[in-house]
Amino acid sequence: MSISEKIGKSALTILKYFSLVFFSFVALLPVVSCVITAFKTDEEYQNTNVMVLPHSWLNFDNFVNAFNKAGMGRAFINSTVILICVLLFSTLIGTQLAYVLNRFTFPGNKLIRNMFLFASMLPGVAMQIPVYEIMYKLGFINLLPGYIIVMCGTDVIAIYIYIQFFENIDVSLDESAIVDGASYFTIFYRILLPLLKPAIVTSCILKGVGTYNEYYMANMYLQDKTRLATVATSLYTFVGPLGSKYNLICAGVIISLLPALIVFITCQKQIYSGLTSGAVKG
Amino acid sequence: MNASAKATVKRNKRTFGEWLKSRDGQKVLVMLAFLIIPLVLLMVFTYIPFAEMVKFSFYNMKYVGARKFVGWKNYIKVFSRKDCFGALKLSLYYMGGSVIQLSLALYLATILSFKVKGGDLFKGFMFFPFLINGIAIGFIFKFFYTRGFVFDTVLQWCGFQLDNLPYWLKDRSINNISLVGTSVWRYFGQNMVLFIGAIMSVDNELYEAAMLDGANKFQQFKYIIMPSIKTIFVLNVILSISGSLSAFEPPYVITDGANGTGTYFVVMHEIAHTQQKVGLASAMAVVLLLIIFVVTILQKLFFKYVFKDGTE
Repeated sequence: MSISEKIGKSALTILKYFSLVFFSFVALLPVVSCVITAFKTDEEYQNTNVMVLPHSWLNFDNFVNAFNKAGMGRAFINSTVILICVLLFSTLIGTQLAYVLNRFTFPGNKLIRNMFLFASMLPGVAMQIPVYEIMYKLGFINLLPGYIIVMCGTDVIAIYIYIQFFENIDVSLDESAIVDGASYFTIFYRILLPLLKPAIVTSCILKGVGTYNEYYMANMYLQDKTRLATVATSLYTFVGPLGSKYNLICAGVIISLLPALIVFITCQKQIYSGLTSGAVKG
Repeated sequence: MNASAKATVKRNKRTFGEWLKSRDGQKVLVMLAFLIIPLVLLMVFTYIPFAEMVKFSFYNMKYVGARKFVGWKNYIKVFSRKDCFGALKLSLYYMGGSVIQLSLALYLATILSFKVKGGDLFKGFMFFPFLINGIAIGFIFKFFYTRGFVFDTVLQWCGFQLDNLPYWLKDRSINNISLVGTSVWRYFGQNMVLFIGAIMSVDNELYEAAMLDGANKFQQFKYIIMPSIKTIFVLNVILSISGSLSAFEPPYVITDGANGTGTYFVVMHEIAHTQQKVGLASAMAVVLLLIIFVVTILQKLFFKYVFKDGTE
C-alpha cells in the first residue's frame, strides 16, 4: 500500500469517527442537558448556566416534586393497565387475523389486506375529527376501556410482522395436525401461537413503546386528568404556571422516558429487527 | 331443476349440524371467529369515520347541535381563507428537512454497516430520540431553544455572540427551521436503523467478492448497497413527502402554532377542536387526503418509470 493510499485511508477513518461522535452528540445533547438541569436546586437553576453541572448528582428533590405535582403515581398505574390490556388484546386479534389471511384462501382475502393497508395511510390527526364524534356517541369519552379499544384497532405493522412469520412456518405442520384430527382452533392455539413467540415479542415491544408514548388520543379521550392521566399526558401539568420551572419540568420529562429507556437497553435487538421487518413489507 | 334445488336446500338444512363439524364448516367458523373483531374495529374506527368525515365536510356543524347542509361552501373556504391552504406552504420546510434526514441516515447507515468500534453504542445513541414521547419532546425543545439556554450556550462555545443569535422559536425567519430540526433529530436514527437492516440483508459474500475484485468503498456503495436498499429508500421518500404535507407534531407540542408555525394540520386541529367548526375542518382533511393520494400515485409512477421495478 502506498503512502498516499494510507493517508487517504486514515483520513476516511477520522471522518468516519468524527461523524459518529458528532451526530451522537447532537442526538444526546437535548436529553443530557435536561438531565443536568433536573438535578439542580431552584437557586442553582436561576444562577448558573444550563450547561454547568449541578452541585450534587444526588439531589432528587425535583424528581420527587415533579412526580407528586403531576400525579405520576396514578399515571403510571393507568399507563400500566392500558399497556397490558392493549398488548394482550391486540396480540390476540392481530395473530388471529394474520393466521386467517395467511392460511386460508378465500374471496376477499386480498381485499381485507388492502383495507388494512389503506387504513394505515390515513393520517391519524385528521381521522380523529370524526372518530371523536363516534367515541362521543359510544360514550367512550373519559372511559379507560374505550381508550383501550380505540388503541387496539389500527395496527397494520404488527399484522405484517405476523403474516411474514406465518409464511416461514411450514404448512405441512398444519396438515399433519389435521390428519391427526386437530381442529383449526387447536392448531392455532396449541401449535402455531407458541411458534409465533419471537414475532409476538417483537411486535409487543414496538406496540408497547407506541402505546406508552401515545398522547394525542389520550389527551382527547381521557380528559379527566386527575383520574385518567397517562404518563405522557400527565406532563401537561407543567403547561401553564409551572411553565418556566425547567428544573422541575426536566425531572418530569426524565421520569416519563425512563421506562422507554429501560426497554430500549434490554431489548435493542428486537426493536431494530421489528422496525426493519415491519418497514420492508409495509 | 326446481325440485332438485329444493332437495339440496332440504339436505343442507338437515345436515347443517354435520356441516358445521365438517372441515369446510370448521374453516368458515374459525374465519368468522378470527376476523369479526378486527373487521368491526376497522369499520368503526376507520371506515365509518372516514365516510362520516366526507359527509361532515358538506355541513356547517359542531360536534353537538344542529347541522346545516351547505354544499361546497366549506371547500371554497379551505381555498379562500388565508390560514387554511396557505399553511401548506410550511410543508416545504418539512420536505427540505426530510431530504436532509434521509441523506444523513443513509450516510450514517453506510458507515455503521461496516466494522466500526463501538458501532452498537453509536447506533443506540442516535436511535434513542425516536423512543421519546411527543409531549416530553415538546418540553425538551422549548427548554433547548430558550434564549441563553442549551442551544445558545453551545453556539457560544463555538464562538458566536449571544446578541447576534435569533430567538429560535419566535423569529419568523428561522422558527420553522428550528421546528423541522427537532423532527430531523427525532427520526434520523430510526431511518438509519431501517437502512442498516436493508444493507445487512445483503449476502456477505457479495462484499467479499467485490473486495477481491478490487472495488473501493465508493464502488461498493454504488453497486451493492444502493441497489439493496432501493426499495426501502423509495418507500421512505414516498412516506416523507406525505409526512411533510401532514406535519403536525413539532409545532403542536413546541410552539402551539404561534408566530407563523401553524402547519395545515395544526390549523385544522385548532378549527376542529377549539373553534368547533367541524365541517370546515373535515373539508380541510378531505382536501389534504386527496392531495396525498395524488402525490403518492405520482411518486409511485415516477419511481416505476425511473427504476423500472422501483416499488416492491
